[in-house]
Amino acid sequence: MNFSFSNEQILMQEEVKKLLDKENSVKRNRTILEGEEKFDQELWKSLVAMGLTATTIPEEYGGIGMGFLELCVIAEELGRGIAPVPFSSSVYLATTAILNSSNEEIKKEYLPKLANGEIIGTFAHSEKTSFPDETGIAVTVKGNKISGQKIAVPDGDIADFAIVSASSGKKVGLYIVDLKDKKVSIETLDTFDPSRSHANVSFDGATATSLEDDAWTSIEKLLDQSAVLFAFEQVGGAEAAMNMAKEYAMGRYAFGRAIASFQAIKHKVADMYISLQLARSNCYYGAWALSNDSSELPTAAATARVSATKAFYECSKENIQTHGGMGATWEFDCHLFYRRARLLSSNIGSQGIWKDKLITSLEKSNSPA
Amino acid sequence: MDFNDTKEEAQFREEVNNWLSKNAEKKQHARDIYKAAGIPGDGTALQDAKKWQEKLYDAGWACLHWPKDYGGRDASPMERVIWGQEMSKYKVPGGYFEIGQGMAGPVLMTYATEEQKQRYLPPMAKGEEIWCQLFSEPGAGSDLAGIKTKAELDGDTWTINGQKVWTSGAQYSDYGILVTRSDFSAPKHKGLTYFFLDMKSPGVEVRPIKQITGGSGFNEVYFTDVKIPDSQRLGEVGDGWKVSLTTLMNERLAVGDASGVDFQEIFDLAKEQDFNGDQAIKNGSVREKLADWYCEQSGLKYTKMRNISALSQGSTPGPEASITKIVSANKLQDIANYGMDLMDSGSIVRNDDTSALFQGSLLGAPLIRIAGGTDEVLKNIIAEQVLGMPQDVRVDKNVPFNEIPTGSKN
Repeated sequence: MNFSFSNEQILMQEEVKKLLDKENSVKRNRTILEGEEKFDQELWKSLVAMGLTATTIPEEYGGIGMGFLELCVIAEELGRGIAPVPFSSSVYLATTAILNSSNEEIKKEYLPKLANGEIIGTFAHSEKTSFPDETGIAVTVKGNKISGQKIAVPDGDIADFAIVSASSGKKVGLYIVDLKDKKVSIETLDTFDPSRSHANVSFDGATATSLEDDAWTSIEKLLDQSAVLFAFEQVGGAEAAMNMAKEYAMGRYAFGRAIASFQAIKHKVADMYISLQLARSNCYYGAWALSNDSSELPTAAATARVSATKAFYECSKENIQTHGGMGATWEFDCHLFYRRARLLSSNIGSQGIWKDKLITSLEKSNSPA
Repeated sequence: MDFNDTKEEAQFREEVNNWLSKNAEKKQHARDIYKAAGIPGDGTALQDAKKWQEKLYDAGWACLHWPKDYGGRDASPMERVIWGQEMSKYKVPGGYFEIGQGMAGPVLMTYATEEQKQRYLPPMAKGEEIWCQLFSEPGAGSDLAGIKTKAELDGDTWTINGQKVWTSGAQYSDYGILVTRSDFSAPKHKGLTYFFLDMKSPGVEVRPIKQITGGSGFNEVYFTDVKIPDSQRLGEVGDGWKVSLTTLMNERLAVGDASGVDFQEIFDLAKEQDFNGDQAIKNGSVREKLADWYCEQSGLKYTKMRNISALSQGSTPGPEASITKIVSANKLQDIANYGMDLMDSGSIVRNDDTSALFQGSLLGAPLIRIAGGTDEVLKNIIAEQVLGMPQDVRVDKNVPFNEIPTGSKN
């Protein structure tokens, strides 16, 4: 039995970690959060130079032809480093959507440029204020023209193109739209976590090309696939927050001793550890299902997503608590993780959505663990 | 990344199944258990378990990881895992030999003389002789080093006086492992001495404890001038704490998932019960709860898989398994409680199989959260041994034992 990542994958993970450490990714998060830039272009270029955007793209399309397992370990490190880059939008979502597509022309046109970082993509899905189900898509396509608005699109003001969920009147499917099209208007938003830019994106008859996929199921699949990757990113962030709490507690003295020696603190950190281990093990299951394109993916993805969301929330909030008053200052990094935890929970559908999806998939399969 | 056996593992699994399928009945459902033919309490279950264990022993399937010389099979850790996985698919009797084989056996292997190992280990493996563990006392549970049962040496014979509690299986055990205090003026971890003894020795009295479930799986054991020869001491005089740690380490490995209602039971119940005029499972608040428990169950399942995988790859499993009992015992308690919520007023009635199952789990859960290391002790272990956080300040650590204060509840 080999329910683990290979030595090569672990080596790759270490390389990504080294790069993010060297580039001081957490500090860069703060710079983007406080500044006017929408993302860290320098860091993005380093990730591209390392070939990370090309990970899952086959060699025939200019990629390096690795798989989702490699992407999982990369995601974990991006989470640990709360990297201020549009990686999840462009790689987990836009690249995967195109890889899933049977539209050869789109693959040939977009994949090589995504691989070498020439273009950035995103996924525009949410409308109004709730995460859409099949009946909740008001953006429409007539002929090849798309109209309507997507809200709070991650990296919507950075991306060159978007994969957009839209209704043709008969069915809801995925379309690709050039965001530089004159009939697209983009409004950058002030958000909870400005280390990642978000924008409202409005279409007024812009050109849309169908990914020729099987309607709503292709959207569900894309969400499931990306949920596993988001979960790894969340686990990386959760572990970083837990370690911050532990390190601080070891060095902070009160009542004549390290606060890490108080059971109130130890049990808090142990609870973080428990939450993190459950999430990590579920992520492994998700990684297995994702890389094998298993029929268990809907269950595995939702399980990984729900437990990783919970773990990052718990670890990031209790990290602040462990730091005491200093944890709630702008100066300390705790809030960067707290913000990122919340942001990742909101991207691709919040906790209630995924819990519901999980139970729905268990009802369908009727054979829980 | 896969869940597949290696060629050798697949071969071993087949060998295991070949034998099991010829000698035991396969379960129809995961919840099926072996039921003894006689009436509960008449000893049939014990006799059945002894017969089955003897059969295992004769065929070379007892205590797989032990050396062959002592009745084992010299099996690898992975083979032991495979045996456990396959045996769990069959209805077989059990529950009597785990403490001996899991805790007393390893201590004897480390500390007993060769002659004693030859004498005691094979009958332990065969199920001929049953062992119990005499550790906890009314005043010493989580703080086990606070025990007071007194051992005094005269010539080459020790005299034991005191009381143990929470001793599983003492009423039918032939032997016991026992930790005592031989020096009350030494600091508490330094004055302990470890023995094994014949449970039929004069002066040993076993009294059952009635638990909140109504059952009596545990006992109090009283010692009045019980004589133990010095040859049955395990480890040096005053080294009993070190010897105890060997046992406790094995206890933590032996205590696994909590038994009782789990996700499948609450999932099925949510489909059967009504909630505000509709199937409970259609209600959002119910679905949220179910999702949380599924994630915990799945997280434990795949944590176990990661550990087995580490074994299969030839490395030592990480400390991840330490979370299992905390998570499963709390999940058991919460699922039992929520199941009774879903059954509403009917849940308190005891004439129904389903409500009895949830009631039994709700009453059994508190003890599972305590036995084999409380939630709190296990969290200390995670913090200290897994995460490397410092120990709490221990005001009693270097104080002579007889000067340590005790309270009205000790």
